[in-house]
Amino acid sequence: MQIYLPIAEVSVNAFLLLGLGGLVGILSGMFGVGGGFLMTPLLFFIGIPPAVAVATEANQIVASSFSGVLAHLRRKTVDLKMGTVLLVGGLIGSAIGVQVFRILTELGQVDLLVKLCYVVFLGIIGALMFVESLGAIRRSRKPGAPVKPRKHHSWVQGLPFKMRFRQSQLYISSIPVLLIGAAVGILAAIMGVGGGFIMVPAMIYILGMPTKVVVGTSLFQIIFVTGFTTLMHATQNFTVDAVLALLLLIGGVIGAQIGARLGVRLKAEQLRILLAIMVLGVCGKLAFDLIVQPSELYSIGSAGH
Amino acid sequence: MIRVLAILLAFVAPVAFAATEEVVGALSQNKVSITANFDGSEIFIFGAVKRTAPIPEDIGPLHVVITVQGPRQEVTVRRKERVLGIWVNTDSVTVDEAPAYYAIATTGPLTKILSETERLRHGIGFDKAIRTVGARADVEDPESFTEAVVRIRQKNGLYTEADSAINLREDTLFATSVALPANLVEGSYTTRMYLVRERAVVGTTETAITVQKDGFERWIYTMAHEQALLYGILSIAVALAAGYIASEAFRLLRR
Repeated sequence: MQIYLPIAEVSVNAFLLLGLGGLVGILSGMFGVGGGFLMTPLLFFIGIPPAVAVATEANQIVASSFSGVLAHLRRKTVDLKMGTVLLVGGLIGSAIGVQVFRILTELGQVDLLVKLCYVVFLGIIGALMFVESLGAIRRSRKPGAPVKPRKHHSWVQGLPFKMRFRQSQLYISSIPVLLIGAAVGILAAIMGVGGGFIMVPAMIYILGMPTKVVVGTSLFQIIFVTGFTTLMHATQNFTVDAVLALLLLIGGVIGAQIGARLGVRLKAEQLRILLAIMVLGVCGKLAFDLIVQPSELYSIGSAGH
Repeated sequence: MIRVLAILLAFVAPVAFAATEEVVGALSQNKVSITANFDGSEIFIFGAVKRTAPIPEDIGPLHVVITVQGPRQEVTVRRKERVLGIWVNTDSVTVDEAPAYYAIATTGPLTKILSETERLRHGIGFDKAIRTVGARADVEDPESFTEAVVRIRQKNGLYTEADSAINLREDTLFATSVALPANLVEGSYTTRMYLVRERAVVGTTETAITVQKDGFERWIYTMAHEQALLYGILSIAVALAAGYIASEAFRLLRR
């Protein structure tokens, strides 16, 4: 069934979109990731204009992270104070990101920037996950091998403007928190992702937050940042496609439930290696397209945008 | 005296005949609605030659040219070049006027049945429909950019040229069909029908097809552009509602 997307102005198969939403939903349910970093490139591949893909994906992430954070709120695993400070940074970052996006759209370089960001971040994250999960599998074969204790970065402790975060049992400077929030906000606006895949490691390794509150707090921040990003894209770039978002949502919601169930049956290390391979695959395809001479060197953009 | 008249008539006649050949045309539809399940459309174009005298025998054969032209747009064409190993948009040219859609159907090869000057005068043909005036000075080959517009849009099914696609019967009735692809732009699409004799246009008529988003699509598009803030808030509200429903459904299923 073909469906005409009013903002993207292309006609695509509705079942393909539901399927994509479902597929990424399964992955996000299995691996506990938002899935934006996989969905946005997939939308590029099926011919959705990158500007629309990025803005619409931000809208879809609002839904999936809201659904996730409700569960975490019930379990009381959200540090609201930490989330709010991250959020302040995030909103500033998002506003900057949307402006950068708009300027680059006018210069005709936005596709390049978005794709480069993807290649760099997917490459780094994919490689790290691959190495880490290979190590984990090796460790599990050699029982008794010592697990390295987690290091807390001391420079974070030395910064001024300290705040107490009761839920995270931390007394740290608000500067690194704001900076992490801002970095994730910029990425959210440019890449159309929630940024959880960057924020979660940053919260654990830089801030030293306890793992149990990390996911809920990052989801809490992501809702507001992606919501704000959606609003900024909608009012400045007119690139949020509600029909596209809705179709992806329906697939994503169903997929997430299936994924959560599948995830329980598989081993964590094997899951992570699968995810790493997939991330590297998407990264490789994007990099390949940038390096190999395209069959059409010219492209048409409307003058006004 | 009679001989003079006869000679005069012989001169006037073809012109007079030509002038008395008028084209009457119609379309299968004057309105194309882009709705949610819009997947392209086909327009059937037909017409007849109206004459007050018999079909002239002593001048060249009758040809028909039909063009359908979408709204004119200003577009920016960009060219990629390899910079530090990756392909980056570098040069760009602004094309002042390029129709969003352009279809030509004829009874014979376009350049054979119509002269260059007539094509220029009536703006018939891809090369005549695209205008580049303000090409940036530092680009050496602005023509390659206009050629790229034609090439890319031909690939997308937006520009089509179908020689001998018009079925002309007894030099009087003609018909053809033109495909409108799914990736249409809204606006007024001008359909022009030309009668051609001896490489010159002898008669022409014009009708318009209105292409517009309709129903739900129209509503979303208008709101996204005219009430962007409300649209953004609504998008988020829908997302939050969906997230809430998903979370509740999840809980019910787990019980």
